[in-house]
Amino acid sequence: MIDERRTSLVGYLVRLGDDNLVLAQRLGEWSSRGPTLEEDIALTNIALDLLGRARFLFTYAGHVEGRGHKEDWFAFFRDEREFTNLLLVEQPNGDFAHTMARQFFFDAWSVPLWEHLSASTDPTLAGIAGKAAKESRYHLRHSSAWVTRLGDGTEESHRRMQSAVDSLWRFTGEMFWSDAVEVELAEMETAVVPVRLRPRFDRTVDEVFAAADLRRPADAFQRRGGRLGLHTEHLGHLLAEMQHLQRASPGLRW
Amino acid sequence: MVTKSIRDLLRAVVDPEIPALTIEDLGILRGIEETPDGVVVSITPTYSGCPAMDTIVEGIVAVLGLAGHRAEVRSVLAPPWTPLFITEEGRRKLAAASIAPPGGQPRCPRCADPNPRLVSEFGSTACKALMVCTSCGEPFDRFKDLP
Repeated sequence: MIDERRTSLVGYLVRLGDDNLVLAQRLGEWSSRGPTLEEDIALTNIALDLLGRARFLFTYAGHVEGRGHKEDWFAFFRDEREFTNLLLVEQPNGDFAHTMARQFFFDAWSVPLWEHLSASTDPTLAGIAGKAAKESRYHLRHSSAWVTRLGDGTEESHRRMQSAVDSLWRFTGEMFWSDAVEVELAEMETAVVPVRLRPRFDRTVDEVFAAADLRRPADAFQRRGGRLGLHTEHLGHLLAEMQHLQRASPGLRW
Repeated sequence: MVTKSIRDLLRAVVDPEIPALTIEDLGILRGIEETPDGVVVSITPTYSGCPAMDTIVEGIVAVLGLAGHRAEVRSVLAPPWTPLFITEEGRRKLAAASIAPPGGQPRCPRCADPNPRLVSEFGSTACKALMVCTSCGEPFDRFKDLP
């Protein structure tokens, strides 16, 4: 593999790994705090799926990179500026409506992403994606159901769901911007240019919002920067908690 | 045949979260290959984050090690596992363990009532959903159907 392509592929694998790792960490914060026992278990079950993908992606990234980095190195020994996850996934849990709106946007984007990547010319990435696509469809069913139930629920639940949608919408645009890494890999049909995911995402959002009686916010101001390592103030705090043990005692094992 | 005997040995390796099922019943045993250096066993995870995988790998290495085989376990992802990979034997064992098998109409494992209600799409492990019987009130696990 030529070096430039190797660097691009590692970058792509790591950004997808970061998306899933950071959201898994956020969902894990709900453990023992879920609104009901069943929902507590659901959120942490979804977190496990996302964490599992991150592990596959980081392991493969380390293999392609060829510098001996294992999955834990990617998770625990990189600093905030080296994380290239979407800004959406690092946003705080907020109330349950915020967590579900964030999850819904992520799932509605993840389903077409993994479906495209399951046809990737890179067989390892295609294998990870084939598995993730099935799981994301299941996750989307769950998050869509909650967005609908809260949006079309009581006056209070509707108000909170709409407020969550309004405050998180500015982080959705970033999911469809592409950079040189994606364009280059998409030319070889290894990756997908994110803008191609937009029609499916829009359709899912419009269908669920119609059923949930929610208003789709205007595409006014959209934040970006996650793919460049420029994050909102929330990621540093998340990483401090997540990485603390390995930074204090590197290589510590259970 | 040696492969058969290794396959027999592997019947001692069960899913730690559903001990009624061997890895073969669950459909996650993908291949057994003998090499001059030992045995290579390929398995596939049910779910990306299945926390039982490490224990299963240790189980395979231990069971084959006791029989004098050096084992290496490889994880393969394609084709992705679905509940359709559960064997007929596995489905019987699931039902016997009061876990409704995937696919088709779930029935209450206690009274066989065909109209259980879904309580949560996420159950006690990554691979199960939680249902309750509308007739006798029995709560039970059901193996998830993946869309």
